Amino acid sequence: MNVALSNNKADSVVMKKKKKTFLSDVKQNFYLYLLVFPGVLYFVIFQYLPMVGIIVAFQDFNVMKGLFHSEFVGLKNFQYFFTSKDWLVVTWNTVYLNLLFLFTGLFFSILIALVLSEINSKYFKKVTQSVVILPHFISWTLVSMFVFALLSTEVGFINAVLKTLGFIQEGQEINFYSNPSLWVGILIVLKIWKGAGFGSVIYLAAIAGIDQEIYEAAKIDGASRMQCITKITLPQLKTTVVLLTLFGIGGIFYGDLGMIYAIVGDNPFLYETTDVIDTYVFRMLRQMNDISMSAAIGLYQSLVGLVIVFIANYFAKKYDSDSAIF
Amino acid sequence: MKNSLENKAIDTFSYLFMALFSIFCIVPFILILSSSLSDEKAVQLTGFALIPKHFSLTAYEVIFQDNTIFTAYKTTIIFTVVGTILCMIVTSAMAYALSVKTFTHRNKIAFFVYFTMLFSGGLIPSYLLISKYLGLSDNILVYILPGLVNPFNMFLLRNFFKQIPDSLAESAKIDGANDIYILFKIILPLAKPAMATIGLFYGLGFWNEWFTATLFIDNKDLYSLQYLIMKVMREVDFMYQLDYMQGATVSYVLPRNTVRMSTAVVTVGPIIFVYPFLQKYFVKGLVVGAVKG
Repeated sequence: MNVALSNNKADSVVMKKKKKTFLSDVKQNFYLYLLVFPGVLYFVIFQYLPMVGIIVAFQDFNVMKGLFHSEFVGLKNFQYFFTSKDWLVVTWNTVYLNLLFLFTGLFFSILIALVLSEINSKYFKKVTQSVVILPHFISWTLVSMFVFALLSTEVGFINAVLKTLGFIQEGQEINFYSNPSLWVGILIVLKIWKGAGFGSVIYLAAIAGIDQEIYEAAKIDGASRMQCITKITLPQLKTTVVLLTLFGIGGIFYGDLGMIYAIVGDNPFLYETTDVIDTYVFRMLRQMNDISMSAAIGLYQSLVGLVIVFIANYFAKKYDSDSAIF
Repeated sequence: MKNSLENKAIDTFSYLFMALFSIFCIVPFILILSSSLSDEKAVQLTGFALIPKHFSLTAYEVIFQDNTIFTAYKTTIIFTVVGTILCMIVTSAMAYALSVKTFTHRNKIAFFVYFTMLFSGGLIPSYLLISKYLGLSDNILVYILPGLVNPFNMFLLRNFFKQIPDSLAESAKIDGANDIYILFKIILPLAKPAMATIGLFYGLGFWNEWFTATLFIDNKDLYSLQYLIMKVMREVDFMYQLDYMQGATVSYVLPRNTVRMSTAVVTVGPIIFVYPFLQKYFVKGLVVGAVKG
């Protein structure tokens, strides 16, 4: 770490002087440096070293030749990606799905929080709250089992119910797994199932933090319950909502690989609506074994993602200078 | 009069909405439980249902016939426990150092960590590093090391440590204690709720781990539980490879649907079991993190 830190501010002229003060600082705060060392080492190895590996995006990477001896091809990998029609599809899917997740999640989280805060029965409140948070703790792989149990063509619950109710006949089952147009909706429902309850916790905390005197004053002035909700609670939640939204927008360029790969997997029927940048990169790596190409797409994602974070942060700062992300 | 009607409407909507949303959340759990307890032939005829069809424990007998699931359990428990402990030690040590105001370079190091939340090399360079250069493929450490410090958890903890009055550490220092002693004997005992929160964050992350396995694990003995589920779910062929299916062929109907469900039930069990504990600390931690930003 000693080396890493002094290299960071490597400035040939003042290096000697700095090194001396740095060393004396290490001596003085020896135990603090010792404590921070394993963490710093982790970030150097697992976060910063891979950044060097970005150069494979500009190479025709060959495992035999390795990272430093593979042939450089300039922007060819990027060119290839941007001239295929895939890049538009996966970029669009990533942003579109994330926006839908963000706003439907927001809506249901706030609704749950509002509704819970209107419920007087402590027992009912506690039980239902526990139930709606539970799905957050289930892994997406298990969710994919649930999805199978519900949507399978042969044995799925939904098809079975539709058949029992007489809506469809034997042989007319809905084939969910080969119908891409249904999956935007399915993914949104799953996201709400898993995240809305947990997401409501933050809004519940915000509602609990609202000054009770405001409500009391409003009641004396004859405000109804509905008016209290729309005129006091919702406006008071505005800051939280705006900031969490901006936070979400900051991550809009990163698809939920854990979710989408676990549920959709390598099902080519559904790529049209569910393939996001992350799953595309992952598949490129696993099926095509095209390391340079996947690295190039990954870099495209990281760079655009970074720009979007800065934009989101700019607006967050403008809105509320204390709440900017950085 | 108008008010009481409005009151009723709001109450009805609130209770009804929460009741329906709760059902929506709980139905899939009931569905897999009931399906796992059904007879495969009945399921193939009429599909899964919320009440077991021709109650049968075959699906469970089948998965417990060999030790695939036990091995996955063992692997997962090992890397979850070891990983969580390691993560918490490294994270809290770093967080504490960065919370000490007299530590000269703390802001630079904090930015050094923070930057990784904004920009990363991406999946491929990490993959190359871990598999080709560090040679961690098919090694249980690959579950633990690449995620040793989560920046979010680190900052959450640092913010918590910052709230602890400096005077405590200072007086211990005057008595000759070093920072390591102060961290373990003074700071951590005061930070139990925060430690429990990040411990659960890490623990759950490990428990639900499958992505690492898809990239780095080929050895069947090192499958994580979630990865096993994925295999059972995804690859029907994989199920036939498992020893337990060999025994099941005797009954002529391969219980592939119900076995999927019983595998899911067996892995979801522990989460439900520790859930009350999880909920308490997660909710607390989430609120702490949100308020502190």
